[in-house]
Parts: sequence; structure tokens; C-alpha cells
Amino acid sequence: MSNYLPFEKPILELRQKIDELKAFTTEKDIDFSSEIDTLEAKAKHLETKIYGNLTTWQKVQIARHASRPTSVHYIQEIFQDFIELHGDRHYGDDSAIIGGIGKLNGIPVTVIAQERGKDTKDKIARNFGLPHPEGYRKALRLMQQANKFGRPIITFIDTQGAHPGIEAEERGQSEAIARNLREMAGFEVPIICVVTGEGGSGGALGIGVGNRLLMLEHAYYSVISPEGAAAILWRDASKAQEAAEALKITAQDLQKLGIVDEIISEPKGGAHRNSQLMAQTIEHILCKHLTSLLPLSQSELVEDRYQKFSKIGQFSSTAVFEGSR
Amino acid sequence: MLKDLFRKQKKYATIPTEATKNQVPEGIMQKCPTCGTILLSKEVEKNEKVCKVCGYHFMMTAPERIQSLVDDGRFFEYDSDLISVDPLQFPDYQKKIKQDMEKTDLKEAIITGEGTMDGYPVILGVMDPRFRMGSMGSVVGEKIARAAERAVQKRFPFILFSASGGARMQEGALSLMQMAKTSAALQKMNQNQVLFVSILTNPTTGGVSASFSSLGDINIAEPGALIGFAGRRVIEQTVRQKLPDDFQTSEFLLKHGQLDLVVPRLELRDTLVKILELHTIRG
Ligand SMILES: [Zn+2]
Repeated sequence: MSNYLPFEKPILELRQKIDELKAFTTEKDIDFSSEIDTLEAKAKHLETKIYGNLTTWQKVQIARHASRPTSVHYIQEIFQDFIELHGDRHYGDDSAIIGGIGKLNGIPVTVIAQERGKDTKDKIARNFGLPHPEGYRKALRLMQQANKFGRPIITFIDTQGAHPGIEAEERGQSEAIARNLREMAGFEVPIICVVTGEGGSGGALGIGVGNRLLMLEHAYYSVISPEGAAAILWRDASKAQEAAEALKITAQDLQKLGIVDEIISEPKGGAHRNSQLMAQTIEHILCKHLTSLLPLSQSELVEDRYQKFSKIGQFSSTAVFEGSR
Repeated sequence: MLKDLFRKQKKYATIPTEATKNQVPEGIMQKCPTCGTILLSKEVEKNEKVCKVCGYHFMMTAPERIQSLVDDGRFFEYDSDLISVDPLQFPDYQKKIKQDMEKTDLKEAIITGEGTMDGYPVILGVMDPRFRMGSMGSVVGEKIARAAERAVQKRFPFILFSASGGARMQEGALSLMQMAKTSAALQKMNQNQVLFVSILTNPTTGGVSASFSSLGDINIAEPGALIGFAGRRVIEQTVRQKLPDDFQTSEFLLKHGQLDLVVPRLELRDTLVKILELHTIRG
């Protein structure tokens, strides 16, 4: 039951009623099949209505759902012969970021993924998916390795943000992220990034400079957390829902803004309702984009990525009769 | 290269002087926030806005900064026509932009352009913390990317002064992506071996510190500047312990290997000219 979010309550209640009728049918041997059929149709209708019109805040709740599949699941389901590789060679091994090599549909690739953790113990070990500088530096080391051997890079983004802490600052959180942004722009291999859950600001972007940016249907990607924005705007973190709407953070919003290249549909109700199917869909779409990028030359890949980010941004010019120079 | 530049000087104008003139200080006297000394505003200005007693660095506007750096105040501004729109229809954003335009006489939070320093041609970018706290939206990102592209075309060094609270919330993910856009343009400079010097001034935080301002071939900070990724309050809430007194200051960053130099403002121009000279002589 805890699997259901507050706005899913009407669906849950209907489903419970259907289950009761079904139990009745077997226990008391009374035929409720027509009643069940009616309720089933009603439930389906309700699901389409609720899941088809999710508000931004409801999507945020799905993206943060405790049962939402994490990167470990996707890596296991999508890649063959995956070998995890550890450490940044300078300071340590950050388990908030998983890196390694494996095959996508037979093609060797490097995988970089933020991992928030499954149970409490795993979550603590992985710092809830908030990377430290050594995480970004591990990612960089493995991406440089991919570049050296001509392997495409696939990244999975799912973090509330880079870790805010004393040691993270001391070891150069800013520099670690900044360097990744610059280096990712220069790699001569295809890079495909997928936001699977939460795309928390610079900490997400630190592994997010790709030729393609894909987002799961209910994932979000924001410059600041809705809670943080509400605290700044209205000095009231409880106004996060309003802030979320104003910030335009859904996959659908980002596609309209020209940032996201494709939205990956989720099973009805969210990825956690059918994680197997979710992984298959992601794999299919990753393969499609990789196929379209593989024919590009090294310099074309770099230029393609440069152009993608060059175009992002909206402004106007006061110069009417002459160009900007 | 130098010859070309001088021929072009007719195009150069002393644009920022007007803006500087309009920035009449509120009073004739100013109190130093660190040592409490009452200072004559005129004197503070003459001393490049540094307290004579304790060396505190007052905020410098972008026009003031440019005036203090380029030869004879001659500066050819780039992309001065670019202005912000309101892509998300964010509450109050347009109103705030308009207010800041009027208050500062600027069109956006950064001025970019070219000039010379002791005869060395340079491309300069200077952020102004008075305009939306120097935050980076689409215009700031675009101006920096274009300046970096020009640096590659002209093979002029690019010196960028950061003063920013980070990415501009009111432009949402578009602001966030400017971190990638500016960093990608700096990658072009990097691959073309064109010098990029980043000067971090008070404050340089968030998405700006986590993108272009950390990517200098040489990273220099002014003394006592606040520089960091995460906000102090956010960190305090997370770690629940007292932060060191010098936490996220220039000196703290230097101690932890995150900066090449901390240079007082009064020595900054000389240091930059030396760096420019060292990068001009080739074997
Ligand atoms: Zn003083």
C-alpha cells in the first residue's frame, strides 16, 4: 500500500474493491463478473485520467518514489558482460557513481551512472546518490579511457545534486564538475545521457554533456531543487509545489525548451510498476540513438555536441538594423 | 597582430565611462565593513576600491573594473545588444530585470569585449554582481561562449572576472545548460591552445564556480572572496557541525590546492600583464 502515492488513492480504492469482489466470488460462489468488469473499466479510465494529467509535483513524487528502479537495475538489465571499475586514482572510490565497461547490443560501451541505493544500508553507503569530487573524477577517468579506446559513453543521471559538505568543498567539488563539463565537450566518441529519476542541477550535469539527452517520462531536471527555490523565492520550503511548476522541470517542459532530445515512455503509473519493461524500453531507445551516432566521424561527434549546447538559451537583441557586431 | 589592433582603434570607445559617472556613491564617506574605518569615498575609488587601512576589497562594478584594466579606458564592447527574455514566464522575472537595468545602467550581468593591457590585446569578460546578483542566464552564457569563440578566432587571451551567485533560477534548466555551453566553448580554447585566465572575485559560487570560473589555465582570486559550490547554509544543515572561519574564502581554496594565486586588487593588473607577456614570447 505504501507503494501508492496520495494522488493514486482513488485508483487504489477501486483496485481494493475489485479484489474484494473477486475474493467474494471464490468464497461465496456468487457471480460478480459483470460488476467486476464495470469496476475494471472504471479503474482503467481513472488510471488514464490520473496518469495522463500528472502535475509537475506528482511527477516529482514519482521520480523520487522509494520503489523507483535505480541505475544498478538498469545496468544489470541493459548491458551484457558488465565489469565495474573503481576509483579516481587520486583520493578514493565514490559509490554514489558507478562506472564500468560492458556491451550494449553487442557493442562495447562505457557506462557511468549515479546510484542512490536500494535499502537503508545501501543508501548510506552510496551517500543517497550525492557524489563527491572523487565520483566526478572517477567518471572522468573512465570517460577518458572510453575516448582512448573509441568506446561510446552511456550515462544515467539520478541525483538530488552533488554532495554539499566541507570535504567536498576542500577537494574541489566545483572544479571536478567544471572539468567534466569541459572534457565531455571534447570527447570523440558518442555520448548519450539519460535522466532516469532526479536531475539535480550541476551535480547531474557533471555527467550530462552528451550528443543526446534523453529523459524518462516522469523524471525531472532542474537548476535548483523545488524546495530550495521555494525557500529563496518565498522563504518557505513548503511552497515547493508552486516552485516546481514555475521552474518548468519536467521532461515535457525540457523538450519544449529544446534541451531534451527524446522522452522515454514509462509504464502506466511510473517505472516502478514494471521495471523490466522500463529497462527494455530504455535499451531499445539507447540502441536507436547509438545507431544514429555511430556513423559520425570523431570531429563530427564533437561538433554535433557543441552545436547541441550552443543552441540552448533564449534571448533577444536590441539591434534591429545591424548584427550583433 | 598588434598593428591590426591599433588600426582598429577607431572603433574603440570609452563606453563604460558614462556608466561609471552615473554611479555616484550615496555619500562622501564610506565605512569599511571589516575594520570600521570611515573612509572618503573619493579616496576609496582612487585606491581601486580597496580599504587603505585593512585591505578590504569593496565591490567593483563591471564598468569600473574595465576602466581599471584596459589602456586609456579604451574598450570595444561585444554583443551589447543581447537582452534577457522571460522564457519560463517566471514570477516577477521581467520586472526584476527591468529594475536592475535601470539601477545599474547595464543590459545584463556581464560585459564582454576587447581592449589592450600594456599593449597586449585581450578579450575581457566582467560580471557585475549588482545585476541579478551576477547570476548566469541565457544572455550571460551566450556572451561568454561568443567571447571564447572570438578568442579562438583572434588568438587573443581571454580574461574573465567572475562575480556571481550561480545559475539564474528564473531561467530554469536553460540557465543550468549555460554551464555546459560556456565550458564547451572553453574546451575549444583549450584545444586551440589559447590562454584563458579566470579571476574569481566576491562572490563566485554555485553553477558559475562549477563551470567556467574553475576552468582557467590560471585561476586567480581576489583576497577574501567567497568562492564555493554549495551554499554555506545548505552545508551547515547537512553536516551539522561548525564550519571553519575561513571556509570557502580565497585563502581557504588556495590552501586546499584549488587556486593558482590570490592577488590583491592593487597588484592584479601588473600580475595579469606579466602573465600576458609570458604567454606572448614563444620559443
Ligand atoms: Zn578596512
